[in-house]
Amino acid sequence: MVKSTQQENFGVSIRSATKTYGDFRALDDVSLEVRPGEFVSILGPSGSGKTTFLGILGGFVQPSSGRILLGERDITFEPPHKRNIGIVFQNYALFPHMSVAENVVFPLRARRLPKSEWPAKLAAALDMVELGGYGARRIDELSGGQRQRVALARAMIFEPGLILMDEPLSALDKQLRETMQIELKHLHRKLAATIIYVTHDQREALTMSDRIAIMNKGRIVQIDTPERLHDNPADSFVAGFIGEATLLPVTRVDERTVMLGDRRLVSTRAVPHNLSLFLVVHSEKLTVEPDEGAEGANLLSGVVDEVLYQGESLRLFVTLSGGGRVSLRLPSNHHGRTLLKQPGERIVVRLHPDDTVVVPEAP
Amino acid sequence: MSSTSIDPSRAHESRERRLTLMLLAPALSVVVALLVVPLCWLVWQSVRQDGGFTLAHYARFLHDDVYWMAFLQTFRIAFVVTAATVLLGYPVAYLAAGSSRRTSLLILAMVVLPFWTSVLVRAYAWLILLQRRGLVNGALSDLGVIDHPLILVNNEFGTVIATIHILLPFMVLPLYATMQKIPRELTMAGASLGGTPLHVFLRVFLPLSLPGVVAGMVLVFVLTLGFYITPELLGGGRTYMVSMLVSRNIELYNEWGAASSISIVLLLCVFAIFRLASLLIPFERIMGAR
Repeated sequence: MVKSTQQENFGVSIRSATKTYGDFRALDDVSLEVRPGEFVSILGPSGSGKTTFLGILGGFVQPSSGRILLGERDITFEPPHKRNIGIVFQNYALFPHMSVAENVVFPLRARRLPKSEWPAKLAAALDMVELGGYGARRIDELSGGQRQRVALARAMIFEPGLILMDEPLSALDKQLRETMQIELKHLHRKLAATIIYVTHDQREALTMSDRIAIMNKGRIVQIDTPERLHDNPADSFVAGFIGEATLLPVTRVDERTVMLGDRRLVSTRAVPHNLSLFLVVHSEKLTVEPDEGAEGANLLSGVVDEVLYQGESLRLFVTLSGGGRVSLRLPSNHHGRTLLKQPGERIVVRLHPDDTVVVPEAP
Repeated sequence: MSSTSIDPSRAHESRERRLTLMLLAPALSVVVALLVVPLCWLVWQSVRQDGGFTLAHYARFLHDDVYWMAFLQTFRIAFVVTAATVLLGYPVAYLAAGSSRRTSLLILAMVVLPFWTSVLVRAYAWLILLQRRGLVNGALSDLGVIDHPLILVNNEFGTVIATIHILLPFMVLPLYATMQKIPRELTMAGASLGGTPLHVFLRVFLPLSLPGVVAGMVLVFVLTLGFYITPELLGGGRTYMVSMLVSRNIELYNEWGAASSISIVLLLCVFAIFRLASLLIPFERIMGAR
């Protein structure tokens, strides 16, 4: 038998998966199509159904209804050990009584692969995560980042068609987390593996994903690329969850115009028709007008009530004259400082029509 | 710098040490008064006869067959009881550890409940169940399985059955404690990596539950070595364990020296068992500290 050396990656198709516990709908008619080789993040607050979703994919939770396809194969009722899905668990779930090498070859042993094939595969898997020569180490001798890599090597050594990751970086400190994010992204590119990545950290999802699915109350609210998700949120939940945004209630005037109190704001995008609308004000999208007397469309005025120095940037909180409080960021460089106002001072800020995003209230 | 000045951190340290000692004192004095002193007395008695030093009590181990028989039977019973409690207790603990909180509490309650009735009551209960015209023989002959009643009690078999019953909680509880600490994700990970349920059990769950098995085995084995009431009531004079050897020496022959020497040898056996077990698995893990 000639075996292809090229790892085969599968797309995943989740078709109206629902999971109920009594009256509680942990997962409510969720559908998701993941292309082969795609990196999709599932992002949502705790209790949004992420864990149930992952359980259904891994085979640990039986869906109440719906189907799951891995490539062409219906795996809805297959037990976990037959699914051929690599899972990296939140706390890595490394076997503490085994060495690094024993952990990594576990899938080979479980599959009764001839022992002669182990060393080459083990070496390749450890090299991939840059842990060559660590095979004999005990798990409790490893740092958090190293354990993370062992878990990754173990989940990849059997060349699964799909890799699931459940908040794999949440136990690491900030700096290591950012390094690992970039490494994971490179690894994904190298393997062209299909990855579904569950997280509650929006920056992590934005950094790594091809697409992000936002979950809330057991449903997928929006699936989109990071950029579109950030700049075109579907509703007030997504807008509030992604980025550093303030939501202000506005009323619709026409297709391109809304009123925030007595202020007119023009947008280059269509304003939805819903009754309850919100203006999404991302703090990085507001710019300070040097002229304090400026008046006109898309200008908001108010009084600075707090200035926070946050290293790379300064964060200003402004109480708008028509009510409402927004925040904006200035880079902490010379240019930023020339625009800086002190608490109590009047300030005029501009929101460009391209950045004027109006969303309906989440259901 | 003057040599008389005291380093303040040193002073603090010695104050702390004094406080620790003061807090330890009550417990320490109880242990010394009730354990160390009697133990020394025991050793002293075991080497005394007619006001002089002697090793005669220990020499009896070399040529007295009764001693050998008693130790042999005691260890044989301890082995059988330990093996049986592992086989019976492991599935129960496994079930309890894998169940929801309510179910596992129910299972543990059923295991522990008999524990709160007196050993005497339980021994007599077994006597009633197992005797010639007892419930077990009655049921078996009614069903036509046997023609003549089986001799289930007043022998080693009856002793073993009752001892297993009494000591089962000592196996189940440490097993349950160990199993409960095995993260569920480990078996989930094993399954996701392609391990069949049996493979995951043998490679992941079983090895991680071994400290609990060793802890339970040591407890049950050591406790069986000292059993007295059960073999006395259910052994029917045919079961002669070390504890009974001790009591006969005192009650019948008033031989405190002989009784002491037997106790000391039994104690040394227990020490040896703990030592052996700690070679297998670190002591603090057996006691569940880790």
